[in-house]
Amino acid sequence: MTPTTSGEHESATAAAFGAKYGMGEVKLSIRQLNFYYGHKQALFDNTLDIAANRVTAFIGPSGCGKSTHIRTYNRMFELYKGFRAEGEILMDGVNLLDPKQTPALALRHQVGMIFQKPTPFPMSVFDNIAYGLKLHNRFSASDTRDLVEKALREAALWEEVKDKLHQPGTALSGGQQQRLCIARALAVKPKVLLMDEPCSALDPIATGKIEELINELKSTFTIVIVTHNMQQAARVSDYTAFMYMGKLVEFGATTTIFTKPARRETEDYVTGRFG
Amino acid sequence: MKNAKNRPWGDTLFQGLTTGFAAALAGFFIALIIVLWYQSRPSIHQFGFSFLTSTEWNPVTERFGAVIPIAGTLLSTLLALLFAVPLSMGIALFLAELAPHWLRAPLGTAIELLAAIPSIVYGMWGLFVLAPLMADHVQPWLQAHFGFLPFFAGPTMGIGMLTASLVLTLMIIPFISAVTRDIFLMVPQPLKEAAYGLGCTTWEVVRDVMLPYGKKGIAGAIFLGMGRALGETMAVTFVIGNAYHLSWSLFAPGNSIASTLANEFTEADGTLYLSSLIELGLVLFLITFIVLGLAQTWVRRGQTRGKQ
Repeated sequence: MTPTTSGEHESATAAAFGAKYGMGEVKLSIRQLNFYYGHKQALFDNTLDIAANRVTAFIGPSGCGKSTHIRTYNRMFELYKGFRAEGEILMDGVNLLDPKQTPALALRHQVGMIFQKPTPFPMSVFDNIAYGLKLHNRFSASDTRDLVEKALREAALWEEVKDKLHQPGTALSGGQQQRLCIARALAVKPKVLLMDEPCSALDPIATGKIEELINELKSTFTIVIVTHNMQQAARVSDYTAFMYMGKLVEFGATTTIFTKPARRETEDYVTGRFG
Repeated sequence: MKNAKNRPWGDTLFQGLTTGFAAALAGFFIALIIVLWYQSRPSIHQFGFSFLTSTEWNPVTERFGAVIPIAGTLLSTLLALLFAVPLSMGIALFLAELAPHWLRAPLGTAIELLAAIPSIVYGMWGLFVLAPLMADHVQPWLQAHFGFLPFFAGPTMGIGMLTASLVLTLMIIPFISAVTRDIFLMVPQPLKEAAYGLGCTTWEVVRDVMLPYGKKGIAGAIFLGMGRALGETMAVTFVIGNAYHLSWSLFAPGNSIASTLANEFTEADGTLYLSSLIELGLVLFLITFIVLGLAQTWVRRGQTRGKQ
């Protein structure tokens, strides 16, 4: 049985869904999520739960809607005219898709995002992180320094950059830039961290470091990652969602999805027969 | 593939041609300096360095000093940049980021068309429309409210430094805003999304990400406008007042190098008079060269310091 094949979960509580997959605490409950690029529907009734302090991976062929799906969690689509999402994304009982319940700025404070290519701001390494801190709170100079160091340590970058804090963020290597972006996202203490193919522009060594980091971070954060790389999904995630043509085909524990998937499409994809 | 043998030869020819074009440019540049210098020798010989320090410009006694036109050129350019840069940034941002999509193309084209209007049209508009407006409304208002400042003292005649600067402002806005818009459009979308994703407002994305990202290009856009303002002739000649008179007041008529040349070239009878005007042209050339050179070094230094 998959979550999207019928309406069985429409009324089901998050606990019931979570329990089915052996989740502990549930962080996000996505219910009947539909998404439209203008008149073109891109997501169809996506329903699933995201477990707290776990890594959930979205896999699927290009154009299946996995990036579109996670970009609804922080309403990034709102920047573009004609894009809209329907349904519910519940976090702590609040619907993230409803601007009245969750203003965009507050939402993005709670749901951080890492992009395919590193996106350091045109400022120093230090300011890249201090900037995010200052957006939401006032900190003294010494508190800011401590928090910047803490974030860089959490992102396993401190040792590499502690002597070049005042160099531009763009002067770091690609992998370091990506960890800088992770540190910047972590510094504002989001509840959920979205990662949209965070390693696709990185070499294998930098990728390894990011994956290691994801493993460490999940004790503190809830992580949702989109990846093209099935080995990566298998390595870093606890739960995996397989999407195809905007539909959530199968969701389950990562080991189940990769060893005994329930659906034929999933099996074909994870064994490399298509996609 | 039968031409494969000829291809290296073609490349050589092409390289030779383009090198020739580039060298011609440098050649023109040097030839221009030489001609200007050669023709201004009588004046250089007569006045020496005092040409650059004297405020006297008297064709009757044949005493010539360039301070007033130099000051007028620099001041009108500075004021024009002061007005035009913030306005252009606003226009560029609106066009690149905020305007509804259906409005962007027509408005962008309209702004680019402004750059194509001949400068004499700006000058006539300045003289017949803007100057009376300044004389009757703007200048009296400024004098009533800020008259205690020396910049707004004196008779409100309409034509003068302030009006000339405003006409220049209008003329350089299209350049600065069109180029700046293109630079804003080049900011990578993921970078903007990352800033929005951190909880930035549109204004914060603009101020902290887009402006710093496009810093170098925006500086280039401003230099482009500055270069135009420094050398603008007809429009300024119409409204600057053409008086050899140094005043703190922006209402007072003044002169710029280009307007002096436009006004007096046909009347210059004596050798000394003519060569003084040509020396003035040489000075404008050097000012433009130095100002743009300084500005570029400044930007480049800012960058290398950033990289260390």
